[in-house]
Amino acid sequence: MSIVVYIAVMALTTYLIRMIPFTAFRKKIRSRFFRSLLYYVPYAVLSAMTIPAIFYATGDPVTAAVGTVVAIVLAYLDQPLIIVALAASAAAFLAGLIF
Amino acid sequence: MDKAKKEKQLNFRTGLIDGIPIALGYLSVSFGFGILCMRLGLTILQAVGISATNVTSAGQVAGVGIIAAAGTLIEMILTQFVINVRYSLMAISLSQKLDGTFTTPKRLLLSFGITDEIFAVAYSQKSLINTRYMAGLEVISIAGWVLGTLLGASAGSILPESLINAMGLMLYGMFIAIVVPPARKNRGILCASLIAIVCSLVFYYLLPQITSGFSIILCALTASVLCALLFPVKEEEEDEEAVS
Repeated sequence: MSIVVYIAVMALTTYLIRMIPFTAFRKKIRSRFFRSLLYYVPYAVLSAMTIPAIFYATGDPVTAAVGTVVAIVLAYLDQPLIIVALAASAAAFLAGLIF
Repeated sequence: MDKAKKEKQLNFRTGLIDGIPIALGYLSVSFGFGILCMRLGLTILQAVGISATNVTSAGQVAGVGIIAAAGTLIEMILTQFVINVRYSLMAISLSQKLDGTFTTPKRLLLSFGITDEIFAVAYSQKSLINTRYMAGLEVISIAGWVLGTLLGASAGSILPESLINAMGLMLYGMFIAIVVPPARKNRGILCASLIAIVCSLVFYYLLPQITSGFSIILCALTASVLCALLFPVKEEEEDEEAVS
């Protein structure tokens, strides 16, 4: 299948998700269960996307593991997104020089 | 601080200014996305095209994963829906804060750029927001997102492989930075994250025939449903997170 078709489908889906409620919805969702579900979805998605994929992101599980640990420690210390992202990469790069 | 906020004018220029930190953050993250695209064998034009038409980090990473694995279009739609459905909630919240300048055509246009960060900045304004301010926020942020992708995708052929490999961690580092701090303070988020991780590991190592897109959908829904039942969210909790 052509990659352009994938990209078009992906873009259209993402756009409709934003556009329909922004244009049509005026009321707040009342169901506590549904609101809770939507509240947890982003965290669950990001967690499932990160592990185990992160261990294969550098081509070497050892450097990836070093970067992962650095990212978790810095995130635990409430560092900004850019710092965590750059430090994880820097740690993996340095680990690659050593191991 | 409060005084300054009360007098703050919301126009295209202040939108651009408020969007600078978002754009800088996007620049480094989308750089990582550009590199990921190269690693998966996409062209620079395809990478930039994806960023310019989607503007969503997690959705794009999952999307190129499906493209690389030659997944189905149904899988693509379901994955994008699950990953990006949070934008619907943000769009609903934001729709309560719009002034009269938001006519239907302008809503159709400006809904395109609702991201976590743009939502957070727009939603945290004291007054109602107008279309000029929203446009300023979106223009500079999307520019940063697309430019970063272009730079990352181009760098793929210039920078040494060891550096490119290490940069593959950048996006995941950002994901960790989004999940860990709230998971530390909120048991529900910690629960959702841990269940999703265990589920993801099970699919990856024990059921490799399930593709990554479906694995993400199933894991995210399982974790979210369980945690929504175990730890239902209070109203105040949601609002705190939305603007932090």
